[in-house]
Amino acid sequence: MWMSILLAVLGLGAGIVIGFNIPMVLPQDYAKYMSVAALAALDSVFGGIRAAMEEKFNHGIFVSGFFSNALLAAGLTFIGDRLGIDLYLAAVVAFGVRLFQNLAIIRRYILKHKIK
Amino acid sequence: MKFKSVYWILLLVGLVMGLILALQFRVTREIIKNAPPQERTAALYQELEESRENREVLQHRVYELRDLLDQSVVGPELANMKEELDRVRELAGMTTIEGPGVEVTLNDNPNVLPPGQDPNNFVLHDEDVLSVLNELKAAGARAVAINDQRIISSTEVRCIGPTILLNKNQRLSPPFVISALGDPDTLTNSLKMINGVVDSLQLWGIQVDIKKVDKVKIPAYSGTLTYNYAKPK
Repeated sequence: MWMSILLAVLGLGAGIVIGFNIPMVLPQDYAKYMSVAALAALDSVFGGIRAAMEEKFNHGIFVSGFFSNALLAAGLTFIGDRLGIDLYLAAVVAFGVRLFQNLAIIRRYILKHKIK
Repeated sequence: MKFKSVYWILLLVGLVMGLILALQFRVTREIIKNAPPQERTAALYQELEESRENREVLQHRVYELRDLLDQSVVGPELANMKEELDRVRELAGMTTIEGPGVEVTLNDNPNVLPPGQDPNNFVLHDEDVLSVLNELKAAGARAVAINDQRIISSTEVRCIGPTILLNKNQRLSPPFVISALGDPDTLTNSLKMINGVVDSLQLWGIQVDIKKVDKVKIPAYSGTLTYNYAKPK
């Protein structure tokens, strides 16, 4: 358990270091897609933490959800742009709501553990 | 072995997450940096205001210096020089003059633009003003002014959006009142020639109103004249 948290944090740190230091910068036109993808990925991470707390964590579901959610959110935004609908709002609302729900559940688990 | 793959996955997910967040952070920072900030607009506006004030101050200085020049040439030996100066000034358009002439008022087409028509064909252009000016000069106008801006030898008429620019910094908007000093009949007839200027303007619905007046007042040129290259021989 602690080993996996350590590894995840390590990966996150390495990713941030790489992201700040690579010379390539994403074109600004794609920033919108990237931001929605980031939100979806963040939602998946919180979902994973929640699943781990509930002891239902399945790495297959986690990793597939992480990438497919991010890609779907970015793809939806792209299609929405082509169709003239702000489809990214759907992703923002859906993932935003779920993010808060997951956070609430994680909070309850932590509090329960503390009280016990 | 199974545990190991979970670790790899966590590492990978963490890596991707960090990468996405960092890249997004950088791009957003870039966007904010590149957006024209409010302060720049304010600074430019202030600069403009300062330049305008500066222009006013300099304009007053020009008047002061001209007065000074007038005062300094009062001696009897300079009398004919002063006469010459006055004559030249009058010719150059540096004095206000009065006399018979015409007042030509030009305005945009008042009708509502029919759908599908190019609006450019219905508004007054710098070229229209220029052609009227040209005709008036050809008909012997002694002095011309548009909306109280004196036309001198170096005056330009330029198109800047819906307005025209005169004498380097005078922005005029329609209606334009062109006052010309000269024989009222000759001036009017030259403008109203068949297939002449007025005819072609009225074809586009431009309003042209020509009024003969007994006394037209043409103001003096208010700007400065600096010739950096021409030297009297």
